[in-house]
Amino acid sequence: MKIRQISVFLENQPGRLSALCRALAEAGINLVALTLSDAGEFGLLRFITPEPDRAEQVAKAAGFAAISSDVLALCLPNRPGGLAAVLTQLEPHGLSVEYMYAFARRTGDAVMITCFDDVDLAMAALRTAGVSMLKPADLFASDQPSV
Amino acid sequence: MISRLWNDLEGTFFPESALDFMPVERLREVQLQRLKTVVSLAYERVALFRERLDARGLKPADIRSLDDVRRLPYSMKSDLRDTYPYGLFAVPMTEVVRLHASSGTTGKPIVVGYTAQDMEVWKQVIVRALLSAGFTRGDIVQNMYGYGLFTGGLGLHAGLEALEATVVPASGGNSERQIMLMKDFGVTAICGTPSYFVHLIEVAQRMGVDFRRDLKVKRGLFGAEPWSDGLRKYIEGASGVKAYDIYGLSEIVGPGVGSECECRDGPHIFEDHFLVEIIDPDTLEPLPDGQEGELVFTTLSKQAMPAIRYRTRDITAIDPRPCSCGRTLRRIRRICRRSDDMFIIHGVNVFPSQIEAALLRTEASLPHYLIVLTRRSGLDQMEVRVEITGEMLRDRVGAMEQLQKRFARSIEQVTGLHIAVTLAQPGSIERSEGKARRVLDLRESKS
Repeated sequence: MKIRQISVFLENQPGRLSALCRALAEAGINLVALTLSDAGEFGLLRFITPEPDRAEQVAKAAGFAAISSDVLALCLPNRPGGLAAVLTQLEPHGLSVEYMYAFARRTGDAVMITCFDDVDLAMAALRTAGVSMLKPADLFASDQPSV
Repeated sequence: MISRLWNDLEGTFFPESALDFMPVERLREVQLQRLKTVVSLAYERVALFRERLDARGLKPADIRSLDDVRRLPYSMKSDLRDTYPYGLFAVPMTEVVRLHASSGTTGKPIVVGYTAQDMEVWKQVIVRALLSAGFTRGDIVQNMYGYGLFTGGLGLHAGLEALEATVVPASGGNSERQIMLMKDFGVTAICGTPSYFVHLIEVAQRMGVDFRRDLKVKRGLFGAEPWSDGLRKYIEGASGVKAYDIYGLSEIVGPGVGSECECRDGPHIFEDHFLVEIIDPDTLEPLPDGQEGELVFTTLSKQAMPAIRYRTRDITAIDPRPCSCGRTLRRIRRICRRSDDMFIIHGVNVFPSQIEAALLRTEASLPHYLIVLTRRSGLDQMEVRVEITGEMLRDRVGAMEQLQKRFARSIEQVTGLHIAVTLAQPGSIERSEGKARRVLDLRESKS
């Protein structure tokens, strides 16, 4: 299941990130996971939210350049070797991982937000390998019950 | 006034345009006769011109052929500043019915004056410009040049009224209202600066207004600043508005010194009123047609403020090839640079238009950009800030760095210089409502 991710360009100027976060906060948009890349001269904030369309609009209305793209949310056991096992299974498919960011859930598993160079091929390969991928609904709801 | 009789014929012939098709021999006769008159007038009434002619031992009677114009002294912007405000006027103030002034980036503005007859000539050349760009009676024209001291707004306004088009005197600014007016009033043609229109295209997109679907604007007459063919392609691609170039400068008359016909291959100069020369800006020697140099004009019919061999600082060439529209007026190549726009970075001459061309080559749509000049340890440094758009944005840092490199490489190919490119947030570069400000000069002392 593809998950929509929003990416926002941040100019290398003080206050840009907080201005963006304020705009999202005022619109009541919650960020489930995010990563901030620093290329030295500019920043790129990528995040996952239950309301990607609205988040993109809010960011644009606040004067930011924003786009949405598809990533996968891999659900892995939260223990040593969990990620290594999945990546080993993907190797024969010649897929490459562009970037990843992760968060651990109270349910005891880890969610890897992953951008592959070819998202459709990656989905097929992961399905064959039996790796579980979260649907948007799971991603935003299943963190609620505490174990 | 436009004769309705003629308009009702095939719809293409307009008596006002007849002068554009004058036989060349006749045109040269008219020019010579008018040149003699204007030189006599200026000699009699303008002290600065008389002193300069006397210093060369020249008399107005020495002008016997058009080539004799080359014996006359040049004039330039500093002459207007030195004689501010009325020192170059050739008529008493009771004859002057209009003053215009340019903003002037340093100190005092420059002032220009018009007699009633000058106003009439100005109106006529603008009508000819509008007709050659396909504007007709029945068009609803939004004039987005600033109204006021700037020649653009009121100049075009007079021409549009004389054409009997419906004028919407919107002036510059208030971009969302401009789009609303275009939509609600059914505007079919526009006038303004190309950079402001580029901004309006962006505003319309943001408002969800599609030029092709929601608006009726078919053509635009753009001028008052140098703009590239790349920008024309961008304007036409992004809006479907056919873009024509109108050339002019206040010191000569304002807009309407020259203008493009339907072939859109450089402005035809209204040679019956403006004598055109190209000179080498360093040696000041006249250059033959086809060769690039500084554009110089002598006004042939101006009364209030004749200009004799006025150096425009615009760099171009006369294009002597006959135009397929049949006009006998020679064309100049489109002006993309001015000699005073030039700056020297690491010993290399750079024009803002080169940067624009490089950016257009990379992206195929013109991003907003700003050239920032600074001085570090006595050396001029240049940085180009480019605004990111949604189309340029990628979710991969590597792709964004590639974009930055592509801009830098393209600038290097055009200028031969390695220049730092910074990516900037949308809207972070100031939009201008008149002429675009493409250069931010932070050098402490300018030479």
